[in-house]
Amino acid sequence: MKQPIVSRRTLFTGGAAVVGVAGGLAAAQALETDTSQTAGPHAYALRGAHQPGITTPAQDRLHFAAFDVVTDDRDALIALLTAWTEAAERMMAGGSAGPVGPTEGDTDLPPDDTGEAIGLPPSKLTLTFGFGPTLFRDAKGKDRFGIADQQPASLEPLPHFPADALDPERSGGDLCVQACADDPQVAVHAIRNLARIGFGTVSVRWSQLGFGRTSSTSTSQETPRNLFGFKDGTANVKAEEAKALDEHIWVSDTDDAKSGWLAGGSYLVARRINMRIETWDRQSLGDQQMFIGRTKESGAPLSGGEEFSDPDFKMPGRGGPIIPVDAHVRVVHPEQNDGVRMLRRGYNFVDGSDALGGLNAGLFFIAYVRDPATQFIPMQTRMAQSDALMEYLKFTGSALFAVPPGAGKGEYVGQALFA
Amino acid sequence: MRNRRLAVLVPLLVAAPLVASCTENTEPDEGNPRSIQVVSTEDGCDVSKVEAPAGTLTFDVTNAGKQVTEFYLLAEDGLRIIGEVENIGENLDSRLTVQVPEGKYVTACKPGMKGDGIRSDFAVTASDEKVEVTEDEQALVDTANANYLAYVQDQTDQLLTKTTQFVNLYKAGKDDEARALYADARVHWERIEPVAESFGDLDPKMDLREADVAEGDDFTGWHRIEKDLWPARAEGYKAMTPKQRAFYADDLLKNTKTLDTKVDGDLSFTIDGIANGATGLLEEVAEGKVTGEEEFWSRTDLWDFQANVDGARVAFEGVKPLLETKDAALSKTLTDRFAALQKLLDAQRTDSGFTYYNELTQPEIKALKVAVEALAEPLSKLTGTILSRS
Repeated sequence: MKQPIVSRRTLFTGGAAVVGVAGGLAAAQALETDTSQTAGPHAYALRGAHQPGITTPAQDRLHFAAFDVVTDDRDALIALLTAWTEAAERMMAGGSAGPVGPTEGDTDLPPDDTGEAIGLPPSKLTLTFGFGPTLFRDAKGKDRFGIADQQPASLEPLPHFPADALDPERSGGDLCVQACADDPQVAVHAIRNLARIGFGTVSVRWSQLGFGRTSSTSTSQETPRNLFGFKDGTANVKAEEAKALDEHIWVSDTDDAKSGWLAGGSYLVARRINMRIETWDRQSLGDQQMFIGRTKESGAPLSGGEEFSDPDFKMPGRGGPIIPVDAHVRVVHPEQNDGVRMLRRGYNFVDGSDALGGLNAGLFFIAYVRDPATQFIPMQTRMAQSDALMEYLKFTGSALFAVPPGAGKGEYVGQALFA
Repeated sequence: MRNRRLAVLVPLLVAAPLVASCTENTEPDEGNPRSIQVVSTEDGCDVSKVEAPAGTLTFDVTNAGKQVTEFYLLAEDGLRIIGEVENIGENLDSRLTVQVPEGKYVTACKPGMKGDGIRSDFAVTASDEKVEVTEDEQALVDTANANYLAYVQDQTDQLLTKTTQFVNLYKAGKDDEARALYADARVHWERIEPVAESFGDLDPKMDLREADVAEGDDFTGWHRIEKDLWPARAEGYKAMTPKQRAFYADDLLKNTKTLDTKVDGDLSFTIDGIANGATGLLEEVAEGKVTGEEEFWSRTDLWDFQANVDGARVAFEGVKPLLETKDAALSKTLTDRFAALQKLLDAQRTDSGFTYYNELTQPEIKALKVAVEALAEPLSKLTGTILSRS
């Protein structure tokens, strides 16, 4: 069923900028829709048991921003989270960032919405907020906002991995916002306006645009291709796997005695992975397939079958197993990693070209896990040590955030942490 | 960088296998008498034609069985391999393209990769299509392998000699002399690096860059000593004690000796291994040297650059007579582009060796990069071309 588009212009007709009032039936219906529904509403709800933008079917575009908190005033931080929650709820519904609107306010004042999304539908925008380790303690270990005793044990800066050539200006952050939408302008509009709301309390540390999702988070979606030209994330945890989500993605209330506030939340690992594009393109098709462990065309494992066939890692081939010991699919497969799985939500990126004419491009890797210490760090270590793909990758950014559960009615995101 | 196919310590392949491509992207041409479909099952090998006219034949092999299969086209004696595709998983396809003159042949599917396989006779009839038979191809392969082996052995000998001198100077605290010898000694390593990389953990022990060391692992080898000799870019660096120097120096020398011993042992190369060595060395240049990442502390990247190019050129020239029989145009392109790159490098020569990386201008770096890419792109076709039989 094709839903009618809810446009911002429609919403603002008659000066009524209240979400769901002038937006009409379609918006109201969409807002009631469960975020995991795959039928494709144009708007998702901000509030719920979990934040949107995790199991939501991966949208086409990303703008991800990390922020530094520039104040030591706890109340200012809480005020910002409150303002962000309200603005996010409006924007996800297709409304404006501020309560007034881009053109509806006093002509003597700058508008409380920057306006580039006028006339655009909600475009499935989701906004997902996270807290970095440095929000809890500064570099000297000082408690910044009276929340240090609630810092989860697993929320520690990621260790240095081989092939990390991290740019500090693309790494870390006290807060993060992941904006995903089918229209890049809608995602950029959201980050721009949230950053604006935050002036004085936060400043943008870094941000990353992504085009082209590289993972499917729902069985209704085709597995897309990364910039190596291969299907990626075939073994992803999907929205439809309720049990797997509880086991691998959502933090439970018994996981960490200090951080009950995170129950129903998750951890977000962000890694900016530059691909050595030109070198990769010079590898033979046969070698490329052996590096990945899948065929390029269908994505079937080299042990045979279709894309979703289970790889047979024991199957012998001429000169070793048919899926080589250093093939990417083998190194990162749950079967080779104590059964751990992740929900990947990465995006391709191209940030133009570098000074030598090489494409500055790769994968902005985003994964949601229940515990990075057991699900991400061991796997990344294994990958760094034995994955054939490492020759073609350079890690240029890295960050870890705890993603609180969804905000309930009248709450701001992460409220339980400051209770 | 590792090179998957730089096969050393393996018997010389008399018939170098074709690179199998497990794809399904080209539809077989049913009407073409030179297009043959093969369906391999657990107990069958269904070949769609029993004969074909001489020329370039295409066998599209589908594995409809449960086991991994292979397909061979054998000479009439059932022994000599004309062409083969390996490692075809269940439900996957692979294509064998091979140039075949008139004669009697045998086809074989080998489900499970065991035994003689399921064989049938196959006839190739006379046709107008010209089939070039390079009878002395094996001689060219043998010569290339022998020459390359001699080159590698000579380089490791020189590496051992210079490394011994270098670590002695370093341990004796003669830092100026050690610095002067550092890049010259490493040249012999950089020329044959893909060979060293094929010996498992020797490469990480000897040549790892600090950024690639895992947390908690030891940082050893050339670059550990490099940092100690050129600490200018190392913030708050604490110089090594004589005891620490001795440890890292002895470790490097020990590993160099191991490398030399292995290379002087029972070593042989395959023709595709040599060709891949050439492409691998150019990748090294493109990723590490032209960007100034390899010699972060000493800035002697151009010495390594030249050594990588030397090694690539020697490997290329070794297989060039064979390449001439397959694709003379590619051979000429590669020869010209090696020369163009060399001209740029020669322009950076100084009395002590080369311009230091930090003294290169951005346009000079860009020009080098452009020349590297111009060479690396056609060079990536070298292995596939010399292996081709069509």
